[in-house]
Amino acid sequence: MTELLKVNNLVTQFKTESGIVKAVNDVSYYLNELEIIGLVGESGCGKSVSQLSVMQLINAPGEITGGEVIFEGKNILKYRPHSPQMRAIRGARIAMIFQEPMTSLNPVLTIGQQLTEMLVLHLNMNPEAARKRAIELLGMVGIPAAERRIDDYPHNFSGGMRQRVMIAMGLSCNPRILIADEPTTALDVTTQAQLLEMMKDMVEHFRASLIIVTHNLGVVARYAKRIYIMYAGRIVESGTTKDIFSKPRHPYTMGLLKCIPRLDEEEGRKLVPIEGLPPNLINMPPTCAFLPRCSWKIDRCYKEPWPEITTVGDNHYIRCYADTSDVKNEPEKQ
Amino acid sequence: MNQKNNNVILEVKDLKMYFPVMRGLLRRKVADIKAVDGVSFNLKSDETLGLVGESGCGKTTIGRCILGLYRATGGQIIFDGKNITSMPEKKLRGIRREIALIFQDPYSSLDPRQSAGSIVGEPLKIHQMVMSRREYKDRVEELFRTVGLDPSMIDRFPHEFSGGQRQRIGVARALACDPSLIICDEPISALDVSIQAQIINLLEELQDRARELSYLFIAHDLSVVRHISDRVAVMYLGHVVEICKSRVLYEKPLHPYTRALLSAVPIADPFVEETRERIILKGEVPSPLNPPPGCPFHPRCFMAVPECSQSVPTLREVSPGHEVACIRV
Repeated sequence: MTELLKVNNLVTQFKTESGIVKAVNDVSYYLNELEIIGLVGESGCGKSVSQLSVMQLINAPGEITGGEVIFEGKNILKYRPHSPQMRAIRGARIAMIFQEPMTSLNPVLTIGQQLTEMLVLHLNMNPEAARKRAIELLGMVGIPAAERRIDDYPHNFSGGMRQRVMIAMGLSCNPRILIADEPTTALDVTTQAQLLEMMKDMVEHFRASLIIVTHNLGVVARYAKRIYIMYAGRIVESGTTKDIFSKPRHPYTMGLLKCIPRLDEEEGRKLVPIEGLPPNLINMPPTCAFLPRCSWKIDRCYKEPWPEITTVGDNHYIRCYADTSDVKNEPEKQ
Repeated sequence: MNQKNNNVILEVKDLKMYFPVMRGLLRRKVADIKAVDGVSFNLKSDETLGLVGESGCGKTTIGRCILGLYRATGGQIIFDGKNITSMPEKKLRGIRREIALIFQDPYSSLDPRQSAGSIVGEPLKIHQMVMSRREYKDRVEELFRTVGLDPSMIDRFPHEFSGGQRQRIGVARALACDPSLIICDEPISALDVSIQAQIINLLEELQDRARELSYLFIAHDLSVVRHISDRVAVMYLGHVVEICKSRVLYEKPLHPYTRALLSAVPIADPFVEETRERIILKGEVPSPLNPPPGCPFHPRCFMAVPECSQSVPTLREVSPGHEVACIRV
């Protein structure tokens, strides 16, 4: 398998009045061709910002201060955000679908105008051909009577339909990578299932790779091959989906799996919440950010800065000092 | 959940809530939005009944009807033996002491200019539950401790609390008058995953500790509803399509909509996911303004036959405690 995207030690920070927020801190990951990966974390952990950084969509006071993003062999962070090279990549080679289908479409332009704009700009199509292609794309994502609906405005569409339009738009220029940032969070359960299934088929059809950014562990369990778990701006665990779910090694991942209710759980199962709160990202201490909530902490965690990435198995990595290989090692709760 | 007795605390019979649609210069009524159309269920004391469905299915409307915030168009709501459907507002106030509500959004449901203590204590004053300043203070402090908040935070304002703590304030306010029924309307959907479990556990503990406390737990997240509820009612377009024990819901769902809904919820386990049945529904939920004739689900149903569009199926018991509204099962 060839590597399509490789992100090395990416750092994105926001300078605020109360201090520097390191939203993305030393994040590294890779994506192979035709692969689906998941980036999982709670709100504010930096999962969206890391993806916006790849697309160079970070506005002031935010700034990408370090790392590299290698796409098709070139470090695209070298291009300035408004350079022609970056514009040729953004939206065309790497496309992104956002969480809010209600607000990410322009309400005063028709669906057709918004879809054909991409085709005319990136693929130099003439307006007639672009319109034809747009109708075709809308049909592919399951919009009935596409040739009639193309002249409708976003408000004529339901939430699920709008997200279909977004997916059509994302795929319109045959991107190599589609980044879906919480693509179905705002939608109903059955619509979610429809859309995710459709998105998976479409990505296969267009031979693209997919990055699913979500807080929903179920969604990644269903679709992703590999998973990255993020906490407070860093990737704390990564591995194949099966490894992460069957033998999680980072205390945060273990905690997450123990605190979510499962549809197929035994009667009377007690949820084990992760105590405390996610940290404030402003002026964080150098030690592990999960330390205050961790049930595995050892003395070393207090003395040394955030642990480096260590290998704990085949393609399975964590950032943790504790020996989490056996549940029996977990310290007793005081 | 402690010992179950069979006292029915709440009985909803053929509840209908129609919202009129007014059009034109004379604001004439042109149609009805049938948000809730003939719903019946009951809730025993100490029991948790989950109400699930997608947005617009009428689950929140039912909660609001029970609280008397909406006047039902038809049917009866019997709370603790009293019919509260057409009770005058004055008498209803007394009943509201017994029925509390926990809201979805802990950010907008707390007055930002009121201190946490006064938010929690306000029901005590309104319902004259305390005799003295001393008693008021003690009771508020006790409520703070009950929901796991430090009583020293009484004078803080909502913005000084995190989302999970705010929802704890919401729970404390609901508990203030020692209610026998709490309507929980999506109480955890605005919270982060790691915080959700804290609130779920808190609600479960409160029920264990209370003398008598029932929950009507309204949510769209099936795994949460299944976890916390004793029984679950599945709603679609203003109708209850299936009611059963929450264990049975996952093991033996009967209504095609329930089956589709269950299969749409991914389980956080790639090994289980590999072999699960996946039913992808066609189309979208129709508008309640213009519902399809017959079974509301038949245009999207994978089991539909022509008879399905003839009449609205009613709930019938297929096995003890398991009711389904479908002619195909």
